[in-house]
Amino acid sequence: MDFTTIVFYLFAAITLGSGAVVVFSRNIVHSAFSLLFAFFGVAGLYVLLLADFLAVTQLLIYVGGILVLLIFGVMLTSSVIDVQIKTGTVQVLPALFIVGALAAALLTVFWSTEWKVLPDPPAVDTTAPQIGELLLTTYLLPFEIASVILLVALVGAAMIARREKQA
Amino acid sequence: MNLIEPLVKVVLILAVMLTLVILLVYSERRISAFIQNRIGPNRVGPKGILQAVADVVKLLMKEDIVPKNANKPIHDLAPMISIGVAMSTFAVIPIGGTMVLLGQSVRLMLADVNIGILYILALTSMGVYGITLAGWSSNSKYSLLGGLRSSAQLISYELSMGLSIVGVLLIAGTLQLDGIVQAQSAYIGGWLPAWNVFLQPVAFVTFVVSAFAETNRLPFDLPEAEPELVGGYHTEYSGLKFGLFMLSEYVNLVVASAIIVTLFLGGYSVPFAEYMNLSAQTVSLIQVLTFCVKTAGVILFFVVIRWTLPRFRYDQLMDLGWKVMLPIALANLVVTGFILAAFS
Amino acid sequence: MLESYIPIFMMLGAAALFGLVMVKLNEWLGPRRPSAEKLSTYESGMEPVRTARERFSIKFYMVAVLFIIFDIEVVFLYPWAVAFNELGMMGFVTMFVFILILLVGYFYVWRKGALEWD
Repeated sequence: MDFTTIVFYLFAAITLGSGAVVVFSRNIVHSAFSLLFAFFGVAGLYVLLLADFLAVTQLLIYVGGILVLLIFGVMLTSSVIDVQIKTGTVQVLPALFIVGALAAALLTVFWSTEWKVLPDPPAVDTTAPQIGELLLTTYLLPFEIASVILLVALVGAAMIARREKQA
Repeated sequence: MNLIEPLVKVVLILAVMLTLVILLVYSERRISAFIQNRIGPNRVGPKGILQAVADVVKLLMKEDIVPKNANKPIHDLAPMISIGVAMSTFAVIPIGGTMVLLGQSVRLMLADVNIGILYILALTSMGVYGITLAGWSSNSKYSLLGGLRSSAQLISYELSMGLSIVGVLLIAGTLQLDGIVQAQSAYIGGWLPAWNVFLQPVAFVTFVVSAFAETNRLPFDLPEAEPELVGGYHTEYSGLKFGLFMLSEYVNLVVASAIIVTLFLGGYSVPFAEYMNLSAQTVSLIQVLTFCVKTAGVILFFVVIRWTLPRFRYDQLMDLGWKVMLPIALANLVVTGFILAAFS
Repeated sequence: MLESYIPIFMMLGAAALFGLVMVKLNEWLGPRRPSAEKLSTYESGMEPVRTARERFSIKFYMVAVLFIIFDIEVVFLYPWAVAFNELGMMGFVTMFVFILILLVGYFYVWRKGALEWD
């Protein structure tokens, strides 16, 4: 087993372990908080895939933004915090059915895909300039649509703020 | 693969940072005393220079009090996150070119990552967690409010920080910090060093202001506004866990100054050194010295500002971040982009 | 490229270890004499009133929402900035449109008062 493989399993373990805490923890703040380590592990996996820009974006947006929002949200709903949220005891059968179906679908895709394994990792320097070029040429339309989606989100945010003012 | 060299560098960074912080705490106390016409620490060691060391030893021997209602694991983890993030940020900052040491040529930075500047931003955004979780886990009203205020402040100013960096990136064309330094070693009109402080003065101002906010220094130290919030997020911390928060605050100050030097003040580059006919070894020595002097200058600026300006009110702080800094930084990058696109 | 990240992982590990060692060292070296008053929450010398798990202003939440939106915008700007030389004027114009669309939203949010703190 070479060094990269060990690092891969390390990050995979971090991701899965904290993912398990997210699902199984009875304290909702602990759940939200272990997402931090799950996101971090995923960022590490991106680095191993030579997707350096994606890894940093993962940290910047998911860890730096979305998770802060989540933790604020959890802390805002103060009545929920100290309630012991039971997991796994409600609607076991439907949950098992859905999870089983999903797992079967994912495994089918996994086994039926012909994975292309490169003999050597490609000698990429950094991915950011290529991403920039592609975004503003080939994928120009999705890129501009992204800004419209962000605009919609802003308008929605303004709606929340206005409702709060009237109250 | 050689693992010894990075290991030595990692240990060196930790050791140098600790020493620097101890010196910094001492000099800040002496400088503030000078500004306020006091004497300052002068008993421990010659001129009181060992005061900060004594403080660390004292904190180490103090009882670690965890409030009954606090969430112990997270209460322990929060200062570790703060210090871990603060220390790790330094990993990508180049303090010099290459140097021959013990018969080996050594890069004077820990990790030459291609996306160095984004690594710094990503870690900065993780720093929020130490503070938020400290505030939440203490189960104290002061801590909670201090933590919330602080995290809202950090994320608000992260935006203008990120936007002002884009101006620098447009000029340098790379995310690599070494490349950004190299781009600043040219000259404008043959005599003025092409430092980004001259090329991007607006970005420089917005970045420095955001750096003040990100490091929780006055006039932006609202997270611990004593009159309203006692100690802010670390109200319920004692012993070395409190010390770690202090430590990470000062480490952040050193790192922020180093980043300002790297991005805007030419980094380790020494203007006109290439005309002086020096050996490569001497040049890299001068580069390291220059980097240290520049960083020390910026730190001194931070310290003097802290003891000169009063604190903002929280609504003023948010207004400044969202209604002044953000549009200015955005306008600066649009203008920069237009000029570069039109004249290239 | 991967080699340049190994020192980073080492640094992260070492820094985390440093924090852990310091906290544990303090727990080990410091005295341990707990008392009911010492372990109660600090509230300016009074008996703590109610819990600290209070509800707080939604403004903090709003700041986080706005932050995410603009953060995503900023992240789009980085690859544009480093590919700027290849893209030239065309790249500038497309990015300007992108920024302009978001500026509309920014001023809308401002007008609606979402940026007011009080």
